[in-house]
Amino acid sequence: MTRYFTPLAFLLLVLFAAAPVVIAGTPYEQTMGLVQKIFYFHVPSAMMMFVSAFVCGIASAIYLFRKSAKADRLALAAGELVVTFGLIVMTTGPLWGRKAWGVWWQWDAKLTSALLLWMIFIAYLLVRRFGGPGSEKLGAAMAIFGMANVPFVYVASMYWRTLHPAPTVVPSLQPGMRGAFWFCVLSFVLLYVLILTLRRRIEDQQAQVDQLYLALED
Amino acid sequence: MKQRLVMIAVLVLVAGALVLAQPPQAPPATPDGFVPVNSLPQAEQLPAAPMVIAAYSVVWVVLIAYIWMLWRRLSKVERELADLTRRVQDR
Repeated sequence: MTRYFTPLAFLLLVLFAAAPVVIAGTPYEQTMGLVQKIFYFHVPSAMMMFVSAFVCGIASAIYLFRKSAKADRLALAAGELVVTFGLIVMTTGPLWGRKAWGVWWQWDAKLTSALLLWMIFIAYLLVRRFGGPGSEKLGAAMAIFGMANVPFVYVASMYWRTLHPAPTVVPSLQPGMRGAFWFCVLSFVLLYVLILTLRRRIEDQQAQVDQLYLALED
Repeated sequence: MKQRLVMIAVLVLVAGALVLAQPPQAPPATPDGFVPVNSLPQAEQLPAAPMVIAAYSVVWVVLIAYIWMLWRRLSKVERELADLTRRVQDR
C-alpha cells in the first residue's frame, strides 16, 4: 500500500475521536432537539453511499466497454462500500425518524428509492459472489442501473411529497452546525478513500494469487 | 283494508316524530376516552437520547466490524500470495 496510508489512517482516527466532541458542541435544532444530532453521521454516510454507487457504476462501465479487469476490481470494492454505508443510513435514518416523525419507516419516494438503491447493490454483491462465470458482466450492468438510481434518490424529497427533509437543508445550516457537518463529511470522505484502498488491495492481491495458481498448473 | 294501512302509516310517522323529538343523550363519560391535545406533555414524549446513542453505536460497530473483516481478508490473501510466490520461485 502507499506510504501515505498509515499517516492518513492515523489522521482518520484523530478525526473520528474528535467528532463526538465537535458534534456535542453544536446547537440543538429548534423542533427536533437532541435527536437531530444523528444528522452529522447520517448525511455523510448517505453521501458516501451515493459516491460509492457512482464509483461502482463508472468502473463497471469502463469494465464493460474497455474490458479492464482493474476497473472490475474497483467496481466490486466500491459495490461493497455502497452496501456498508447503506446499512448505516438505513439504521440511523429510522432511529432518527422514530423520534422526529413518530414512525420507524414511511413508504414515501425518498425512503423507498433509497431502499431500492441499497437492495440493487446487495443484489450486485450476490451476483458477483454466486453468479459463476460471466457474473462480472451481469453485475456491471446492475451497477450501472444502480448508479442511474442515485439522482432519483437525491431529488425525491424535492419533487415528491415526503417526510424526509430536502437536500436544501445543508446549504441553509446555521454557522454552528455547518462547521461540524463539514468536519464529519471530511472525516467520512477520508474513511471512504482508505477503506476503498484497502478493499481494492484485497482484490488486486487475489487476482495475483489466481495468476500464480495458473502459473503453477502450467 | 285501506283504512288499516292508513292507520299503520300514521302510527309509524308519529312514532318516528316522537323518537326524533327526543334530545340527544350525552355519551357516558369514560375514564379512558380520547382527548385531543396539540402537544404531548414532556413526561410522555419519546426520549431522544437512546435513539442518538443507538445511532452512533450502529455507526461505530458497523465500521469497526467491516474494517476488522477487511484486515483479516487482507492478511489471509497476503499470506497466500507470499506462499505461492515462494512455490513459483522454488520451481
